[in-house]
Amino acid sequence: MNAYLVSIATFASLNVILALGLNLISGFCGQISLGHAAFYGIGAYGAAMAAVAGVPFPLALLIGTLAAALAGVITGIASLRVREDFLAIVTMGVGFLFLGIVRKAPWFGAEMGISKIPAAPFDKTGLAAFAMFSAVALIALSLHVRRSWMGESFRAVADDEDAARTIGIDVAYYKLVAFLIGTAAAGFAGGLYAYLTQLVVPDAFGFVQSVTILAMVVIGGIGSTWGVVAGAIVLTLMPELFRFINDYKLLVYGALLLAVMRFSPAGMAGLVQRMFARRV
Amino acid sequence: MFALELTVVGLIWGCMYALMALGLTLVYGLLRILHVAHATVFTLGAYAGLLVANHSGSLLLAFAVAMIVAGIVGPLIYRLIYEPILNQPPYVALIASIGLLVAMEDGFRLLFGPYGLSFAANTWFTTIYSLGGITVNLVQVWIVAAAVVLLGAFALFSARTRAGVAWRATVSDRQMAESFGVDVLKVRYLNFFIASVLAAVAGVLVALLNNLVEPGMGGVISYKGLAIIVLGGLGNVPGTLIASLLLGVVESFGTIYLDKVMDRDAIAFLFLIGVLMVRPQGLIGARS
Repeated sequence: MNAYLVSIATFASLNVILALGLNLISGFCGQISLGHAAFYGIGAYGAAMAAVAGVPFPLALLIGTLAAALAGVITGIASLRVREDFLAIVTMGVGFLFLGIVRKAPWFGAEMGISKIPAAPFDKTGLAAFAMFSAVALIALSLHVRRSWMGESFRAVADDEDAARTIGIDVAYYKLVAFLIGTAAAGFAGGLYAYLTQLVVPDAFGFVQSVTILAMVVIGGIGSTWGVVAGAIVLTLMPELFRFINDYKLLVYGALLLAVMRFSPAGMAGLVQRMFARRV
Repeated sequence: MFALELTVVGLIWGCMYALMALGLTLVYGLLRILHVAHATVFTLGAYAGLLVANHSGSLLLAFAVAMIVAGIVGPLIYRLIYEPILNQPPYVALIASIGLLVAMEDGFRLLFGPYGLSFAANTWFTTIYSLGGITVNLVQVWIVAAAVVLLGAFALFSARTRAGVAWRATVSDRQMAESFGVDVLKVRYLNFFIASVLAAVAGVLVALLNNLVEPGMGGVISYKGLAIIVLGGLGNVPGTLIASLLLGVVESFGTIYLDKVMDRDAIAFLFLIGVLMVRPQGLIGARS
């Protein structure tokens, strides 16, 4: 495999991990988050700073993951106080807060970010394989969660919080778990990103990145694991396959978001389902 | 003295936020949509105003054209995008709105270039007044004047006119208003028209204030506008005005005292999150 394909495969895997994490929070559990890139960023900064301080690869990755998960649980606790539209704005706020702090605070390297991150203990192909393996593991986890008791509870919380509470589902607990798993996945992806690029700067984790992850989830089909995986892969490959899109990436992403919401709010997964439904 | 100056500057920002946030509140109050794409209307107004001002040399004409363009595009956004998806869950309209904003930001960049445009002559910007040690330029004076006049006019409209009464009736109970003969669709168009015209005025004023119109100028203001309407208790007009002024002042003090730790946007959202943790329903607004 040449270096170009390896790099695309790695980024596609990272995007699958990010999108599945967000899907767990927003799709399964119904808590719309507009700040997912912040947790990606926290993972990247956490792992990068640990790695620069001389912490070995597995431990640095773990530190990034845990840092993001911790921030995620705190955001989750906030989500217990506010609902729906309020929550969407709070999560967007978390994104801006993260960005504003890493941009200014000198111990996060301000605008320069964190550079000279040591290489991972294996080469680029090894890193790609590891990322793909992790993505597959998360797909399996996501499929399992959906079928499990926890998945049913998530669905109940997403459909009607008050009804879920009435039948004895611990709504707060399940929301926190959804945030914990989803943001930990984002943090893990962030850690891998730090080792992949060996440089983290604030701009990579802004609102546009959050919207991009959201676009993958929504265009794929919010709530559907395979739909989201397809969405993440398609949106990663699209700018590569059609070079001219690269210059208008946001125009295309934005227009796709708009078109999907306007004409098929269940995304690609919804389209596929409708196609099969018609045949029966 | 320093504190006074910061307060004045903060209140000027607050007036600008109010012009922007009132539109967002109007849309939310009526349709429960977080109208992120309001920023698109704002930026469009700024571009329209700048182009007209640079070609005709008349700021009055610039404001008029900006208001007309925005007044057409705003209701059009409602008709083409929001109306067909009103029955979907709330996130559908929100994400569609974000999509429009993000796409149009790139669209403006392709149409007008990435670096932004400046006014050929911006006399308001260069006219500076000094009052008791506080310096403000004419644009800032106009921002305050526009906010006071337009928001005052809106208050009169909603309290005194038939259309205003119909609007208030529709906000509080759509079905009841409908059965009393209010044309709900007309009210919605009117709602988007008013909101968009206010955004266009804000857009041209901000363009004059920065002497720059650029593709991304609406984004941050729109996100902050959302923070403001949440702070004010979603859909609550007086709450929105108070929250706008308060956020302006908090930001203006914050940028001085927290500059080493976080930037202006972070301060705004930190304030928002802090308030929401204590009062989840916003500063003003009944507990639901």
